[in-house]
Amino acid sequence: MSIPRFWREIDQRYNLKGVKCGNCGHHFFPARTMCSACRHESIGKLAPVTFSGNGTVETCSVVHNGPAGFEDQTPYVMAIIKLDEGPRITAQIVDCAPDQVGIGTRVRKVFRRINEEGDAGVIHYGYKFAVQA
Amino acid sequence: MREVAIIGVGMSKFGELWERSFRSLITEAGLAAVKDAGIGGDDIDALYVGSMSAGRFIGQEHIGALVADEAGLTPAHIPATRVEAADASGGVALRQGYLAVASGAHDVVVVGGVEKMTDVGDVEQTNILAASADREWEAFFGATVPSLYAMMATRHMHDYGTTREQLARVSVKNHENGALNPNAAYPFTVKLDSVLTSPLVASPLRVLDMAASVDGAAAVVLCAADRVPSFTGKPVKILASGQASDSLALHDRASFTSLGATQRAAALAYRQAGITARDVNLAEVHDAFTISEVMAVEDLGFVEKGQGGFAVEKGVTTRAGSVPVNTSGGLKARGHPLGATGIAQAIEITQQLRGNAGARQVRNARIGLAHNVGGSGATATVHLLGGWE
Repeated sequence: MSIPRFWREIDQRYNLKGVKCGNCGHHFFPARTMCSACRHESIGKLAPVTFSGNGTVETCSVVHNGPAGFEDQTPYVMAIIKLDEGPRITAQIVDCAPDQVGIGTRVRKVFRRINEEGDAGVIHYGYKFAVQA
Repeated sequence: MREVAIIGVGMSKFGELWERSFRSLITEAGLAAVKDAGIGGDDIDALYVGSMSAGRFIGQEHIGALVADEAGLTPAHIPATRVEAADASGGVALRQGYLAVASGAHDVVVVGGVEKMTDVGDVEQTNILAASADREWEAFFGATVPSLYAMMATRHMHDYGTTREQLARVSVKNHENGALNPNAAYPFTVKLDSVLTSPLVASPLRVLDMAASVDGAAAVVLCAADRVPSFTGKPVKILASGQASDSLALHDRASFTSLGATQRAAALAYRQAGITARDVNLAEVHDAFTISEVMAVEDLGFVEKGQGGFAVEKGVTTRAGSVPVNTSGGLKARGHPLGATGIAQAIEITQQLRGNAGARQVRNARIGLAHNVGGSGATATVHLLGGWE
């Protein structure tokens, strides 16, 4: 992923920032231009919000065949997490054995290295999730 | 809208065809379809071609013009349009061709689909396939397309009691059908135990739960109903064409155990044709993964939600079952050259309705359904085909 393309999303990837619709109150992650329910009525009414980072696993899979840049991380757990504020997010669950993660597992956001573009390339950082104590 | 017929079909063999180029594959399929239809190049009013990622696989865009050029249609300067909707590119191209004829804009249209996937290695294939999902909010974090379907499978098993063995039976059934298909990339049977012990890709899905990346092309000739008697090709009728979309990222969907786009596309198609799911005699569904077929037979209305796995177990979807599914071998055994798949599905239904399906022929096939999906389900098409009389 090109540097500017990654740079644009740093605020969201580092700090889990999204938006809240001032019209209907729905939260969105990542930030959107319009609320998908209110559409044009929401324009100009989307307020920035930082999510707590607490959520619940809704489904998951252990990836054994990782894409380029993730070969050294396999096997790793991918999950869809429902944040307590409502939005869902796709992320890795780390710092645990894969069998510790299942539907209903409570998790919290952590800040981690996502991958590296080769030995001398860009190192991408962002959110992963860990099982709550 | 005018009635539209498919009057000709043609396809290349699917597979790892190292000696074959993108150009030679689509030209072979197109020529076969034109010959089957009994038309000449001068009869063709327009061309549509579905291709997901020629730019990434072979470094070539501008596919519409390329295919028209290779087909020798340059002197007529016909409109030639490439259509992209991930691995639903073929289904969406078919719909565009159908609409072009149904609207009266054109009388005779050739619709093709093609992908040349093996000029890049498997790591790059995985990367290109991830472009059908959400690059920035799924793939960036390590999600692959197999892992997205695996997460659907995890939830389906949790919510409905679908078993690992039921998923494997989809693969076994489709290979039994594919073994009878001379154009299939993998025309052999697989044992249940082989599926269950094949290497894990993304739990609970294994290698033999997945359709493989192969090369291939397919084409059909569409014709306005009143022009059908002008040509010798044996027609089948396009009864309906439905298309729908959903959020690009799986995590934004209302459900992880249904594809909303499939449900909507099917509802639109059934309404247009004035039929219900019970009237469908056979179907080609988008079994990119075994869980995909389980969800598809539910979302298309053949069985109740949650019963897809049990239906496979009971043999409902075998060639002798009440709703034969993927008599061609499906994506699993025929192989999945992305843009070609949606057209190959329509070809199998056409051949079944014509009574030309050889050893795979099902009895009393009057209405068939073709179901094509893009990515993890952000695009779906459903076409209903019926006998001409």
